Amino acid sequence: MQELFSQYFIYWLILILFMIGPFGMIYKKNLVKKLMAMNVMQVAVIIFFLVLGQKTGGTLPIEMHGLAGVENYINPLPHALMLTAIVVSLSTTGVALALLILIQRRYGTLEEDEMLRRMNQ
Amino acid sequence: MTRLLTFLAIGLMSLMLFITTSGLPMLFDPNSPAATHVSPRYIEKSREETGSPNFVTAVLADYRGYDTLGETTVIFTAGIAAVLLLRAARKHSDCLPGGDEE
Amino acid sequence: MNRKFGTIILDTAFRYLVPFILVFGMYVLMHGEYSPGGGFQAGALFGIAVVLGRLIQGEEAMLNISGNTAIILAGIGTFIYGFIGVLTMLFNGNFLEYGAFPLNMAEADRHALGILGIEIGVTICVMATIIAIFDALTRREEW
Repeated sequence: MQELFSQYFIYWLILILFMIGPFGMIYKKNLVKKLMAMNVMQVAVIIFFLVLGQKTGGTLPIEMHGLAGVENYINPLPHALMLTAIVVSLSTTGVALALLILIQRRYGTLEEDEMLRRMNQ
Repeated sequence: MTRLLTFLAIGLMSLMLFITTSGLPMLFDPNSPAATHVSPRYIEKSREETGSPNFVTAVLADYRGYDTLGETTVIFTAGIAAVLLLRAARKHSDCLPGGDEE
Repeated sequence: MNRKFGTIILDTAFRYLVPFILVFGMYVLMHGEYSPGGGFQAGALFGIAVVLGRLIQGEEAMLNISGNTAIILAGIGTFIYGFIGVLTMLFNGNFLEYGAFPLNMAEADRHALGILGIEIGVTICVMATIIAIFDALTRREEW
């Protein structure tokens, strides 16, 4: 039981962090809060990949003198993939903020209920 | 009602993900599938093949250089999209009801 | 130095922070093959240095890149990346095969040179995109 807890606890924490995303995107009515929930979800996915790349006894993925062998370095592949994911999340956030500014200019609000009411009138 | 449905859907999804965590590799396991299939090739060969001691840079810029080109294009497109969205709206701001409130 | 916000704390923080951010960004770019770092991180650092100046000093910041220039720079960065790829094709190599450069070096050194070239392109693109998005989001006088 103790071992199970120590091995899988980080996955449960990441799961909680990830589920904040869908919950916020469905439940919250403010569009900025929806965008923030989406960013939290992206961070959870990034942390999940980085956790999968870790190894016991491995150091950072830069070759050092006198330290050869696969088991001495952590997996470099998740780091390379997530580095680009971080930058893409930055650019999607930028485009989303631009769209939010346009919505705010068009309807004068970012609350979903109020926006639907103004759309129909 | 919407509230109940939301909590139901989130709960179901959490439960499914919670069950699948037991199928994931053990934490920090050096023999997990992710650590044994592709990455040893990069760790062993990238120094002599690319001249870069940093494996992450070697993978990002050399082995997967084509991916990174696409990535750079995505960032560039996102920047252009953000700028063009706001500039087009500024040009036609007279037809937006929010534009003439101020 | 002109003081837009007029507080000595902001001005002093700006004056001491920005040179260090720029130097660190250059280090991260040039030393990216031997230590943690690379094009994306260096671009983020350069972009933040310019955004910090815009936040503190407004439109008349000392270290300023306007939105139009930023978009052109982003295009130049992407072009550098693609141009290095096409250049290797001109020397009878595959796309982005850095070993095809006809230089009198070891194979690994030619690869390192190609990696540095494309990282400069990525740095310019990321820096300019951050500045362009910030400029587009905060510009408000013509509304």
